[in-house]
Amino acid sequence: MAFDYARYIRPGKLPHIWCPGCAHGIVMKAILRAIDRAGLDKDRTVVVSGIGCASRMPGYVDFNTLHTTHGRALGFATGVKMADPGLSVLVVAGDGDALAIGGNHFIHACRRNIDITLVVFNNSIYGMTGGQFSPATPHGMLASTTPYGNPDYAFDVVQLAMGAGATFVSRSTAYHVLPLEKQIAEGIGHKGFAVIDALCTCPTTFGRRNKLGSGAEMLLWFKDHTIGLKASENLPPEKREGKILTGVFRKEVKPEYCEEYGKIIEKVRPARGGRE
Amino acid sequence: MKGRDVFYQGNEAVAEAALYAGCRFFAGYPITPSTEVAEFLSRRLPMIGGSFIQMEDEISAMAAVIGASLVGKKSLTATSGPGYSLKMENIGFACMTEVPCVVVNVMRGGPSTGLPTGPSQADVMQARWGTHGDHPAVALAPSSVQEIFTETVRAFNLSERLRTPVSLLTDEIIGHMREKITIPEEGELEIWDRPRPEVPPEDYRPYDTSKGIIPPMADFGMGYRWHVTGLNHDQTGFPTNKPELVQPEEERLLAKITSNLSFIEKYEDVRREGARVGMISYGSSARSCKSALSEALSEGIPVDFLRPVTLWPFPERAAREMADRVDVIIVPEMNLGQMILEVERCAGGRAEVVGVNRADGDPITPAQILQRIREVA
Ligand SMILES: Cc1ncc(C[n+]2csc(CCOP(=O)(O)OP(=O)(O)O)c2C)c(N)n1
Repeated sequence: MAFDYARYIRPGKLPHIWCPGCAHGIVMKAILRAIDRAGLDKDRTVVVSGIGCASRMPGYVDFNTLHTTHGRALGFATGVKMADPGLSVLVVAGDGDALAIGGNHFIHACRRNIDITLVVFNNSIYGMTGGQFSPATPHGMLASTTPYGNPDYAFDVVQLAMGAGATFVSRSTAYHVLPLEKQIAEGIGHKGFAVIDALCTCPTTFGRRNKLGSGAEMLLWFKDHTIGLKASENLPPEKREGKILTGVFRKEVKPEYCEEYGKIIEKVRPARGGRE
Repeated sequence: MKGRDVFYQGNEAVAEAALYAGCRFFAGYPITPSTEVAEFLSRRLPMIGGSFIQMEDEISAMAAVIGASLVGKKSLTATSGPGYSLKMENIGFACMTEVPCVVVNVMRGGPSTGLPTGPSQADVMQARWGTHGDHPAVALAPSSVQEIFTETVRAFNLSERLRTPVSLLTDEIIGHMREKITIPEEGELEIWDRPRPEVPPEDYRPYDTSKGIIPPMADFGMGYRWHVTGLNHDQTGFPTNKPELVQPEEERLLAKITSNLSFIEKYEDVRREGARVGMISYGSSARSCKSALSEALSEGIPVDFLRPVTLWPFPERAAREMADRVDVIIVPEMNLGQMILEVERCAGGRAEVVGVNRADGDPITPAQILQRIREVA
């Protein structure tokens, strides 16, 4: 039976703002299927975002939704989660939102291991503002603010998240919709901070300038330029050259922040000073 | 007032009062001279099932406070000048989305790192105009440790009832000074909670003003599934750029304040027979004023005194009335002339307005103020 997206889309809120060929909608659908797969209760789920094209997603979906300030979604989400650890909290962010202006919050959320699932809509460009380079734009690529090629180097979301201590880290692409959905569902089920690097496309501001073809062609590029983590282990180095690894890179059991804080409450609650 | 006597510094009084007001969430980032608020709450909040978190910076602390408030928890952050600057964007978010929260700024010298351990009152204009765009502003400026307690409770009350962020402006002097205060018994001070929806989720419109200018607010997680955005939105909460929907909502945000002055405004208004001189001052500077004023009176110079406890909105009517009664208004403040601009505006040329200003990290002394009184009397 076809998946019933209408269950999760707010009536009357479509069409979305995304351009033709943009893959943000594909990632949104994967998130909705993952939420369904994970069996979340709509009333008890909060979807938080910052600012950007990706961050418009919460407006379309039928949960408690919070569209905040650029880069700060994880801060808001941390307050939500601590205030009621029983809520399921997802954060959606563009690569600029998550890694540039929100980079500090990103690493600290990883370190804290708070039970939040972050999906990075990684289109390697600032879509909303018209195609300036982001911390995920590869070296040498053209953007509206790198007219001579990008002199910067890109962050690798997976390496960054692992280095900072995230306990679930994975990567997939908007081409590989099934693994993407599975990873997001696994991230939601994981007790701790989960980062899913969802590679996607911005044909309008990135593809066109760099002559990468249509949205569909950009998706096919993912097919040819990625290899699964497991498959890659048996490949000689020359076959891995220039390929992006996908899959689940880390899944580690480690005490979660709110649970740890809950233990503190349990320990000190009967002590002196309580007014309640 | 019935209660328990303690010997508290101002920052401890803020923290204790926050708990009294029902605060159950604090997020902050350490900064002198405000840090004791965080330290106190890191110890006390978990004892009553609340939560404390030290965030990676003031920006995320402000964000977390708003997030927790959306789940229905009364929330607080405390900081000083540099951190207050960093919080500004998200304070604007709370104004726009109408999420209650309290921000304490224990003012120190500036700009920039300034005088970390010295007092100032140089953030009073920032408390009014610090975040971008037209926005409502409520700021309270207590003068003593006891008043810090009552004003902290009132900051939460106003924030809840008005659904807007409220700033509590103290400074390094009263933040660190110890005084004997009475912690009121439960029930002695009134506690207000935000209006919550009485309609079922399917009928809920987050910014519905059909029942009044301040719409009821649902907690996240209770089944209302509403959308919160810092974009201009219509009464359903979803973004709009239709001029005919944006303008009334922008005006309503300000009208929440201007139509509720009766319970927001608070000031001390001392009028003396035959006074030709008036004085307007607030916070810790008002303490120096008081001793200068009694000194002046004993020298035969009666001076009227207006002490705004609610700084924003500014008590315009009281200031205008003073300008109608006296020839000169003196405005002592620990900055190079900020609130004096409001006083001048209210005086509208009907009284001369002069300042007593200091920005060197030392308090304004009664002697300085007395000298100015003698000069103008
Ligand atoms: C404080 C602040 N700085 C800058 C902006 C402008 N701005 C809006 S979205 C954006 C970048 C969006 O790029 P990304 O996060 O990668 O998301 P995308 O639009 O590509 O989905 C910027 C710089 C802003 N809204 N707020």
